[in-house]
Amino acid sequence: MNSHSLVAIDDLSRNDILAMLERARYFEQHPNSHLLDGKVVATLFFEPSTRTRLSFETAVNRLGGRVIGFSDASTSSTSKGETLKDTIKMVSNYADLIVMRHHLEGAAQYATEVTDIPIVNAGDGANQHPSQTSLDLYSLQKTQGKLDGLTITMVGDLKYGRTVHSLLMALRFFSPKFNFVSSPELRMPREYRMLCDRLGIEYHEYTDFTTSVINESDILYMTRVQRERFSDIMEYERVKNLYTLRRSMLASAKPTMKILHPLPRVNEIAQDVDDDPRAYYFQQAGNGLFARQAIITKALGIDPLK
Amino acid sequence: MNEKKTSLAVAALRGGTVIDHIPSEALFRVAHILGIENMSNAVTIGYNLPSARGARKGIIKVDGVEFDHQTLNRIAVIAPTATVNIIRDYEVVSKHPVELPDTLIGIVKCPNPKCITNNEPMATRFDVSEHDKPTLRCHYCNHTVAGADAEII
Ligand SMILES: [Zn+2]
Repeated sequence: MNSHSLVAIDDLSRNDILAMLERARYFEQHPNSHLLDGKVVATLFFEPSTRTRLSFETAVNRLGGRVIGFSDASTSSTSKGETLKDTIKMVSNYADLIVMRHHLEGAAQYATEVTDIPIVNAGDGANQHPSQTSLDLYSLQKTQGKLDGLTITMVGDLKYGRTVHSLLMALRFFSPKFNFVSSPELRMPREYRMLCDRLGIEYHEYTDFTTSVINESDILYMTRVQRERFSDIMEYERVKNLYTLRRSMLASAKPTMKILHPLPRVNEIAQDVDDDPRAYYFQQAGNGLFARQAIITKALGIDPLK
Repeated sequence: MNEKKTSLAVAALRGGTVIDHIPSEALFRVAHILGIENMSNAVTIGYNLPSARGARKGIIKVDGVEFDHQTLNRIAVIAPTATVNIIRDYEVVSKHPVELPDTLIGIVKCPNPKCITNNEPMATRFDVSEHDKPTLRCHYCNHTVAGADAEII
């Protein structure tokens, strides 16, 4: 087991999170460097995800490191039936760090148990995706000037959406107030509501997406409502447009409020919102580069601030 | 009254193990974990017996066998209230509840088909909370399962 790996955001303390965001801020100011001179980073994408892979590989390249790897398991030895353990052990001979994405849940945790080189989880099925949460946190801090005491409204699929669960977990250290807006079928799971109760975190649940909840928000975190999540297609048809954000709904929102979305979006944010200065989802994705540079250097034990 | 009957029956064993206070709904799975269907030893099984604790219970007496820790840990997952009596020379030499460890390795199958443990040749691992009515959380995929519903490997 190795201690520099990042498998889940829940493994980070408040101080870990703040230190990571400080690094990200540094990299936003100094995106290009030679901090990774002589280092080889393997990006193993057993499941394709072009967006995430390009962001990680750009992060390595801008830090002066080299990248090896594959972008799709069908081009790797996995397609010949090799176990994950054997692939990780083989690649560990060549690389200083492994960034991996896998369709199976728990794959990254298992990888940390079979190698001594650090593992960064770039998504393991529906389980964890800590670099997404890191860029979300960085976006919050950057746009609001702080993480403490924010009012965050989460909208859409709160049941299956791992990004909202991970964000909630990370924010538990920062005295947030949550509004959960969803259809009853997709409400925030009980274990997260119980966690809020236990920690004294204020939250309110709504089935209507109203301007009053938008107006009190610092952050509006929109998520995709997917048809396949519904047992009853009629129910999907009924609710699919109830949680769509339109520009007209922003008339009295705080000027400092920002709209986030993990992307890709379908129809949960109307196109006319893109022109509103509070739309932040494209910059949010761009922040992923700095967050991933922070994660990579931390995993390699390199401190840019020293 | 019932306690007395049980004691009599326990004393009737020269040596072996009596597993008592098994919830009735878990009885046959406990019998399966003990491997009773493949034994030639004398076995007595009681089912739906009234119990001092209220609910119906089961009891299994196996002549001439003492079970190892691994086996008893498996039973603790689905029957955390069970007690184990070890008999030697007609005497109960030890009587203790089954013990559910904080971590279960290679004992329970993960209910999530997309879990890495169901797709790699590796041991499962679960963290146990609420030992009296256990909840198991997969160390790898974070899915949870109630102990009573767990599939024992
Ligand atoms: Zn699992």
